Amino acid sequence: MKLVKFTKKGIYCIPGKFYLDPWLPVDYAIISHGHADHARRGNKFYLCQTDSKAILKHRLGADIHVESLNYNEPRIINGVQVSFFPAGHVIGSAQIRLEYKGFVVVFTGDYKVKDDYITVPFEPIKCHEFITESTFGLPIYNWLSEAQLQQQMHDWVQKNQAHNRTSVFLGYSLGKAQRLMKLMEGVDKIFVHSAIHNLNTAIQGSGIPLPETELLNYDFKKEDVQNKIVILPPGLLGSKLIKKIPNAATAICSGWMQIRGNRRWQAVDAGFAVSDHADWNGLLSAVKATEAEKVYVTHGSQATFSKYLNEIGISSAEVKTEYGTEEEEAELITEKTVSP
Amino acid sequence: MKHFSDLISAIEITNKTNAKIDALVDYLKIAPEKDKLWLITLFTGKRPPRPVKTTLMRQWCLEITGLPEWLFLESYSSVGDLGETIALMLPDPNHHIDKSLSDWMTELKALKPKSDAEKKIYVRHAWSGLQVQERLIFNKLIGGSFRIGVSKKTLVNALSKYSGIDANQLMHSIIGHWDIDTISFDDLVNGEHINYDNSKPYPFCLAYSLEKELAELGQPEEWQVEYKWDGIRGQIVKRNTEIFIWSRGEELVTSQFPELVALLENFKEDFVIDGEILALKDNAVLLFNDLQKRLNRKNVSKKMLEEVPVGFYVYDVLEWNGDDIRMQPLQYRRQLLEQLLTSNSAHDTLVISEIIEFTHWNELDAIRNKAREFNSEGLMLKQKNSPYHTGRKKGDWWKWKVDPLTIDAVMIYAQKGSGRRSSKYTDYTFAVKKDDGLVTVAKAYSGLTDKEITEISRFVNKNAIEKFGPVRTVKPELVFEIAFEGIAFSNRHKSGVALRFPRILRWRRDKLVEEIDTIEQVKLLITNPN
Repeated sequence: MKLVKFTKKGIYCIPGKFYLDPWLPVDYAIISHGHADHARRGNKFYLCQTDSKAILKHRLGADIHVESLNYNEPRIINGVQVSFFPAGHVIGSAQIRLEYKGFVVVFTGDYKVKDDYITVPFEPIKCHEFITESTFGLPIYNWLSEAQLQQQMHDWVQKNQAHNRTSVFLGYSLGKAQRLMKLMEGVDKIFVHSAIHNLNTAIQGSGIPLPETELLNYDFKKEDVQNKIVILPPGLLGSKLIKKIPNAATAICSGWMQIRGNRRWQAVDAGFAVSDHADWNGLLSAVKATEAEKVYVTHGSQATFSKYLNEIGISSAEVKTEYGTEEEEAELITEKTVSP
Repeated sequence: MKHFSDLISAIEITNKTNAKIDALVDYLKIAPEKDKLWLITLFTGKRPPRPVKTTLMRQWCLEITGLPEWLFLESYSSVGDLGETIALMLPDPNHHIDKSLSDWMTELKALKPKSDAEKKIYVRHAWSGLQVQERLIFNKLIGGSFRIGVSKKTLVNALSKYSGIDANQLMHSIIGHWDIDTISFDDLVNGEHINYDNSKPYPFCLAYSLEKELAELGQPEEWQVEYKWDGIRGQIVKRNTEIFIWSRGEELVTSQFPELVALLENFKEDFVIDGEILALKDNAVLLFNDLQKRLNRKNVSKKMLEEVPVGFYVYDVLEWNGDDIRMQPLQYRRQLLEQLLTSNSAHDTLVISEIIEFTHWNELDAIRNKAREFNSEGLMLKQKNSPYHTGRKKGDWWKWKVDPLTIDAVMIYAQKGSGRRSSKYTDYTFAVKKDDGLVTVAKAYSGLTDKEITEISRFVNKNAIEKFGPVRTVKPELVFEIAFEGIAFSNRHKSGVALRFPRILRWRRDKLVEEIDTIEQVKLLITNPN
């Protein structure tokens, strides 16, 4: 059965006549999550998970035509049963499950399998065909447990405070920023950039509680921020704002920071491998749990991961899409949301 | 190993030399005596020979992870470092080993003569007892460079800051002969095993680029004009039968140039001379690329000595039989230098820098333009009354380099760099037009900003056509202006030409691939550099 096909505009459901995360404008777009490379402007109609609705409106405009479903709340579209399942990537992120005449396809969007204690955790779903991302699809990417990661980051903040330095974390506004807030909760006062603050307000508006933060006003008082914690979008690295922060020690938070060369590329004080994507073992366990007959591998290390799946006896093919890497997501977001 | 691991983490993240020095000083303050000595050993290239082959380490890693070799290689090409790739791929530790740096080094030294089976047990046990960063360090302790931007010079400056001892003396101390099992840290840094008085160099006198009209310099007869050479600026110190060769980077490089040492041993006088270490063959200066083959080798083979013989073009004399004569005028020092070289048989190895005769300033431009023909990079202009200054001073010495040659070429291959650059495509191959296709003319690594490199890396990721190991073939689209110092016909290159010191002058975003040079245009530069 051919339920979906990969087209120039995006992943298309043939009987359902809708697209999943299309990268060119279409009539009916089902959106996995609010990142700019998955939720693009110009679609006539959007369907997303409930927690994503406010985010989409915040980012794409209040006037977009958008409806939402809760997790595991089916809707029939042209005979295809569509439902969302938690992807654990960012708040409101979903795997999109399609069922038609007993045949099931799952598209992951972006996902991570480990619990970050702020996003509804990933849920594996059995299916016939599985369309998975592969951003970190190499066996060198193995994340620390959330507790170990938190310990590392707390140690770093403590060391900074001992040297009278302000800890500045860089992470994109949707997802990474909220996760950093959770990781830093209770350590000290957390200041966030307005791009993050506005998004937080939208998220809280749909009834999701977030750790307490304070808006970093452009004319902030140095003594208020000194020795505290600041979270900024990555686009602000090297900006005037960051230079104004007293004795800033800066850390980039991204899965790419797993590699020494990446940590050293930009002149920062630390790099933490905090990722909202599945690591190597995460991807493998997710794929295996689906028991899928066919696995399509999209954005990331698609060629490598797909080749490996075939070698271990899981039929797989790579698919070229226009979704970005973790790094590019960050760039797309900051261009739009960072005001001078 | 916690402290050492923290040290490496602190050093690797920063590209500021002072921050690296501070981290080293912090470590020296808390490290046990033996660990300090091992630190010096590791960062001065004196480490013991590798006890375990990399092929074995790779094989064991594959055995443990059960992953296919192609996937290992794919990962390796993404990481750019073997020790790090292994450290990242191995499963989480199931116990924790805590040993000092010196304990690890002692064990690794003892591991060398053991059987592969014993080595395997040892290494696997260590891998399963260390976190990723510690594992990486362990792999680096076995062998391989840390690639964290700590030169001998940086280490010496840290030791100097920590101990208060003069940096040059420390350089001599750590480079001199010492045995980690018998020396104490204090004796080492205090130079108990060396006689620093014999090796002490002077700071080099350096020139600025000429920034005015020649006529403004005054009368031509007040100036000494010489060719400028592109080798390794060096200072040879000969005192009390001992000979030391210092590079401008204030490193002792004596052992790298045995032919110079052998020749100087026959000289009767004591002196300190300044000059250029060059690859010399049949009285001609070879390219720097040739000289490079001789650098940073632990042992210089006989074959290498024959293939790339090294000589020293002497510019100046700073000390004469124990007297510091740097404040004497250049004219006087030059006389002494001529005397030194005529009274000793120096063969073709120790050559006095030729003085260019001229009467009018306007003659020099033509001479400078011809300099490239014999691998000189331009002219040096020195006031005949000038002292030998300390460091860079404006006014008395000027360098006047030949203008580089340039071509427009298109990027066709890209490869990831190493160390700090290992995450990006930083090494490029460029081509010009030949008939209906393209032909490779140069490889270049330098000349772009980090921002441009990031942008180009993204282009490579999106436009890679084929993979050959770490090399990516890319769509010929990005045009660059390539500058180089010289060009010659070459049978070894497919294009038929060899460029000297190619580097990227700028990214020509304004140019299309149709507008790049042809190989015929490039060859014209050989006969007519202007």
